[in-house]
Amino acid sequence: MALLHTVNKSPFERNSLSDCLRRAKNGSAVLLIEDGVYGALQGTSASDEISSRDGSIKLYALGPDVDARGLSEKPLIDGLELIDYAGFVDLVEEYSSVQSWL
Amino acid sequence: MEDWEEDEFDGPVKKFMYVNRKAPYGTVYALEGLEVVLITAAFDQDVSLVFIDDGVFQIKKDQETSGVNMKNFSPTYRALEGYEVEKVYAEKESLEARGLSEEDLVIPVEILSAAEISELMDTQDMIVSF
Repeated sequence: MALLHTVNKSPFERNSLSDCLRRAKNGSAVLLIEDGVYGALQGTSASDEISSRDGSIKLYALGPDVDARGLSEKPLIDGLELIDYAGFVDLVEEYSSVQSWL
Repeated sequence: MEDWEEDEFDGPVKKFMYVNRKAPYGTVYALEGLEVVLITAAFDQDVSLVFIDDGVFQIKKDQETSGVNMKNFSPTYRALEGYEVEKVYAEKESLEARGLSEEDLVIPVEILSAAEISELMDTQDMIVSF
């Protein structure tokens, strides 16, 4: 029974990503959507915390939200996988439940 | 009939500063703020535009919104020059914390420190925050 966590707020404006990572168990997944995708950027004041969980939790970001914000050419954190809307649906199906960190 | 379009604005000119602190698509603040800036500029006011905190993401280049069915309004920032909005600033600390540099931006801006932006705020008649 592993959870899919979604985060839709910028880590520079809210604590949602930290709040999520503190509760996300090893083996769960974190999907960054909407303004949450800013948390996928490498080399920022927020990146160390999420990078440190690479390998213990699966990290995803929604590609269309990354593209909309002009981040497609920027380095993203190691181990993070970009997915599309169909991939989002697959994750919802794969994990036992979804926790949205609004 | 009065040809109102030819009239020059002859009211008082005040120093307006617009402070942008929000990322572009998660809320409507960025888009609404940009529209207000363009309106003020049309009245020949002394406009300064400041991007701090997540506001610096508004002027990130390469925005491509077709996948999210939203309007990409970032090219509109390039119209500011045509409205004679030339005082455009971004905060150094905000850019650095977000892994951004001047080369990431869609318009040329003057990069100021937080302390310099504080000084600039002190010189305004009106500060409007989005």
